[in-house]
Amino acid sequence: MNAPLPENRIRFTVNGESVALAAPPMRRLSAVLRDQLGLTGTKIGCDAGDCGACTVLLDGRQVCACLVPAGQIDGAEIVTVEGLARDGALNALQAAFHRHGAAQCGICTPGMLMAATELLAKNRQPDRTKIEDALGGVLCRCTGYRKIVDAVLDAGGIAAPATAEPVIAEAGGAVGARIPRKDGVAKLTGAEKFGADAAPADSLWLRAVRSPHAHARFTLGDLAAFAAAHPGIERIFTARDVPGSNSFGIYPDLKDQPVLADGYVRFRGEAVLALVGDRAALANLADADLPIAWDILPPLSGTVAAMAEGAPVLHPGKADNVLIRGHVARGDLAAGFAKAAARTSGRFETGFVEHAYIEPEAGYARRVGARIEIVACTQTPYMDRDEVAHVLGIAKEAVRIVPTATGGGFGGKLDMSVQPLLATAAWLLNRPVRMIYHRPESMASTTKRHPARIEVEAAADAEGRLTAFRFQGDFNTGAYASWGPTVANRVPVHATGPYKVGSALCDSRAIYTNDTPAGAFRGFGVPQAAIAHEAAMDDLALQLGIDRLEFRYINALRPGDATHCGQVIEQSVGMAACLETLRPRWRQLIAENIAFNAQNSDRRRGVGIGCMWYGCGNTSMSNPSTMRLGLKPDGRLVLYNGAHDIGQGSYTIMAQIAADAVGLPVDLVDQVHADTDLTADAGKTSASRQTFVSGKAAELAGLDLRAALLRLANAGPDAVLALDGPVLTITDGADVRRLDLREMSTTEGDVLLGEGTFDPPTTPLDENGQGVPYATYAFAAQIAQVEVDMELGTVKPLLIAAAHDVGRSINPMLVEGQIQGGIAQGIGLALMEEFIPGRTENLHDYLIPTFGDVPDIEMHLIEDAEPLGPYGAKGIGEPALVPTAPAILGAIRDATGAVIRQVPALPHRVRKAMLEQGRTP
Amino acid sequence: MSEGRYLRPQRLDEAVDALKGGGWNLVAGGTDHYPARVVEQRPEDILDLTGLTDLRGIGEFPDHFRIGALTRWTDLIEAPLPGWFDGLKQAAREVGGVQIQNRGTIAGNLCNASPAADGVPALLSLDASVELASAGGVRILPLADFILGNRKTARRPHELMTAILTPKPARPARARFLKLGARRYLVISIVMVAGLLEVEEGRVAGARLAVGSCSAGAQRLPALEAALTGQPADAGLAMLATPEHLAGLSPIDDIRADAGYRRDAALILVRRCLADLGGLR
Ligand SMILES: Cc1cc2nc3c(=O)[nH]c(=O)nc-3n(C[C@H](O)[C@H](O)[C@H](O)COP(=O)(O)OP(=O)(O)OC[C@H]3O[C@@H](n4cnc5c(N)ncnc54)[C@H](O)[C@@H]3O)c2cc1C
Ligand code: FES
Ligand code: FES
Repeated sequence: MNAPLPENRIRFTVNGESVALAAPPMRRLSAVLRDQLGLTGTKIGCDAGDCGACTVLLDGRQVCACLVPAGQIDGAEIVTVEGLARDGALNALQAAFHRHGAAQCGICTPGMLMAATELLAKNRQPDRTKIEDALGGVLCRCTGYRKIVDAVLDAGGIAAPATAEPVIAEAGGAVGARIPRKDGVAKLTGAEKFGADAAPADSLWLRAVRSPHAHARFTLGDLAAFAAAHPGIERIFTARDVPGSNSFGIYPDLKDQPVLADGYVRFRGEAVLALVGDRAALANLADADLPIAWDILPPLSGTVAAMAEGAPVLHPGKADNVLIRGHVARGDLAAGFAKAAARTSGRFETGFVEHAYIEPEAGYARRVGARIEIVACTQTPYMDRDEVAHVLGIAKEAVRIVPTATGGGFGGKLDMSVQPLLATAAWLLNRPVRMIYHRPESMASTTKRHPARIEVEAAADAEGRLTAFRFQGDFNTGAYASWGPTVANRVPVHATGPYKVGSALCDSRAIYTNDTPAGAFRGFGVPQAAIAHEAAMDDLALQLGIDRLEFRYINALRPGDATHCGQVIEQSVGMAACLETLRPRWRQLIAENIAFNAQNSDRRRGVGIGCMWYGCGNTSMSNPSTMRLGLKPDGRLVLYNGAHDIGQGSYTIMAQIAADAVGLPVDLVDQVHADTDLTADAGKTSASRQTFVSGKAAELAGLDLRAALLRLANAGPDAVLALDGPVLTITDGADVRRLDLREMSTTEGDVLLGEGTFDPPTTPLDENGQGVPYATYAFAAQIAQVEVDMELGTVKPLLIAAAHDVGRSINPMLVEGQIQGGIAQGIGLALMEEFIPGRTENLHDYLIPTFGDVPDIEMHLIEDAEPLGPYGAKGIGEPALVPTAPAILGAIRDATGAVIRQVPALPHRVRKAMLEQGRTP
Repeated sequence: MSEGRYLRPQRLDEAVDALKGGGWNLVAGGTDHYPARVVEQRPEDILDLTGLTDLRGIGEFPDHFRIGALTRWTDLIEAPLPGWFDGLKQAAREVGGVQIQNRGTIAGNLCNASPAADGVPALLSLDASVELASAGGVRILPLADFILGNRKTARRPHELMTAILTPKPARPARARFLKLGARRYLVISIVMVAGLLEVEEGRVAGARLAVGSCSAGAQRLPALEAALTGQPADAGLAMLATPEHLAGLSPIDDIRADAGYRRDAALILVRRCLADLGGLR
């Protein structure tokens, strides 16, 4: 080893090249690579060793670059993700990832690749266990890990299931094909730029000072003196400085969250001050150093406290702390219960769930004359634009949102985070300003899944038909409204499950507390409701002696049925088909478990089932998308695609849809990715709406362009288009026309531009929730087989089999990825995830599933076409997660007899439930 | 990050000499150091031990093994060692993920003294001692006397740990480590149990069991160890363990489990460990 060089100079090699630089010896290797060498392929998800996103090879061994001091790398050999591809070509491992769709958002991918590289160097043909052991230190929140395992198996030469097909060269074959992600290669080489990966070199840094208290008043001391005493601090912004309105929030009439708190905070983690200056100077400070005098108030923690007599009012005008109520009523409930041959009632409780995307919020803002530009990770560029305009008090046209690659969202990046702070600072200072949340900040300050307290009562007649269903759910919306109204409205509409019910009364409340704001999280309250309605289905089936799957089959919504909102659904109702598909596996697993349980008493196996339905798009509200498809003089198509891809694949499937609609090969499609200046509003990436809504817009845009092209040649609708470079050939029967696109005039670079807009038809709900809340629904059933340790109460999922009615699968590989990833999150919800403000604000106390926690997943795609959707497609993003937890809980009950009423089903809770059931020694 | 002093000596005498001055924070693999500094990064004086390359590696001596303080978990996993190290190796494989095993040192695990440190019960069952060096010389302490509580050790500010010493068992011995957590990889233990049995002529000639995550520091179970001695070494040993044997533990409620569960689970794991060890041939 070399002796340390003077002035902290260190010498080492990176990807085969030698480097010498000066770095503070305790600077993290991850920071040296990213900030000093520009190697931003190495990602930072936690700075604490918990996520593995920063994994690099150090002398051939995988290490977390965030835990290695610069002083220890003198003389070392470092390999990062940038060192894998050779001469621009993916190496065998990267290519396998690409073929298998093993990268979704791509933020974990560099770490996965590096860990796999270490393994493959030692063991050329590792088996699954070896792969899981070697990669177990890298977390992925998107994929559910299965496709990553497949890719590494494949790279080692072991045949793995279904891989992508090469990009379809002919026209018309893109929809339904397993084409690899259009934006996939950059995610594998480290070239992709996420929120933290780039900013103008002269950017100042912003750091938020946040409340350590859940409920308090505060007064600020002499900030000017503080700034003066701390060189490197340029400015300290307070609530007073916000140029427009110091408020934001999802709903136009509910902008109840301040950008910076004004003397009063309602949750731990609320931003109080924005410090702007030099990065190192800001990092050297502790929040407690700031002159803030706190007057701590008793916090309202949980909905029971917030609803108690005499509880303080958290928001003016909401005297009972109820933000909003949701209500759906249909039929005669009393008569329904009177017909009961079986009746059940139960209470269920779920906790806060953290999105735990591996990419913490990050980005920068800069002022460009009278406009502001925000470059940050997000799920919703157009809503961000409007919100930033509101905060700055400028027209929305004066705001440009350029989303970076987004390293997972799952609903958590639908609310603003860094944007209003950055916008305020950059606007006022007229300097670029950047910010990266650290992990505890991300976890403490951004939204969560709503904790729920739910009561259900349900009844069925002797034939097993549901006669009455009652649901009452209280959802803890935390300190601010965020998406609380969406949850309160969506839940009652879904609360019965995908069943035909004789009568129903479903009520929900979103309640303000002093807890972390709850917002959107994959399913908007429906996963919590599903835990309750599926437990009720199991109860009724068991009471009536009807098989649990068959009971659901009896009650499954079918074409022509009316929902409890009175909506008659005629088309694309694949619930029964999902159950039929799973039935043979269900019976087989039951038989297997009986045999296993006859031989074992310390471990018992069980199987459970969960069903769900999910309305695609906003609840009874307009949510249009517009897409444009242009043809360039060089014969390339350009899709102006405002449907931001957060890993789910909208930059791939929109191209597939548009290509087939216009009738040209998908590999001719280039894209302009979401950018509020360059693409039309395609709404938010949420509510499982992009494939259905924006996909339809893409289809219409393709058809519009096609019509324009056919008009040029006076050709009929069946004419065949072909492009050979700039020469367009239109063949209509015997009639062949050739056009040289270079000779045609262009508008903004396009020879022709097709446009499509789609807004799914819905109607408002009346005071009893009757109407057409959604234009279409996705349906699904999943079965879970688990093994329970009868003494310890630990639960091991052994298998999940999933059947999803997706209408039409535009790209089966991406659909499978969504299902697997949703299931992994469902496993987390069921078995381990519980966010507790102030206590689990990191990724070692807050547990999400690792490689070893996600079992084999069998998938069946049901294609009961939705006539409104593009090529029959509807959504999959959220449906994937909803049935998993109910299936697992049902399986635990099947194995042990114990009903779990509180998730996560941590070992101590399962053991306690078993003891109460008298089932364990 | 603004700088404090940083020293990465190549020789032990330089290191202990520097420590005389006091005020240093020690760093080895950094896997406990950095996670404690995510939010605030204050200047501090760092003595980086990783230049002391002589302290890395495992050596065999007539009556003991010497595990150098800078030995990493992966070094231990890959080292050819007698069967009584199986428990420690099992613990090593459960420390974090491979990245953590590739960097984290065994001494760091002990000096950090987390109640959930996986190395501690396994090393207690090996009857380990630790070697501490300072400018004044070297002292050796039994591990049980070194760990005083939650993140409290008997290390004096001017000392560093140089090695962990484990005596060779007098008789054929077998060892096991069982860890219970709420997920498969990268998990902090709810409870862990390490056990070592020395067996002679089919009977337990010596037993050492330790339970972690159930008190401020992992604890041996002397009453149970005494009860096991002389018993036939078979799977029936499990049933000799009683709740009273675990009475000395003082588990707490936390986010991972409640105290009552921890106590129950500890007994279950102790029994499983004994069933395993007794059943081995
Ligand atoms: C993601 C992750 C997962 C983890 N999982 C586990 C787990 O499952 N089980 C577990 O037990 N631990 C776990 N750890 C904790 C940690 O990895 C281990 O405790 C490791 O062995 C610490 O060694 P180190 O060399 O990295 O310590 P460092 O961080 O370098 O040092 C830790 C402490 O010990 C002191 N120290 C280190 N060496 C010496 C010495 N020779 N003399 C005196 N003082 C010294 C340091 O001053 C410091 O206070 C995990 C850590 C991370 C980041
Ligand atoms: S950033 Fe290093 S492990 Fe998460
Ligand atoms: S693809 Fe793994 S975290 Fe997104």
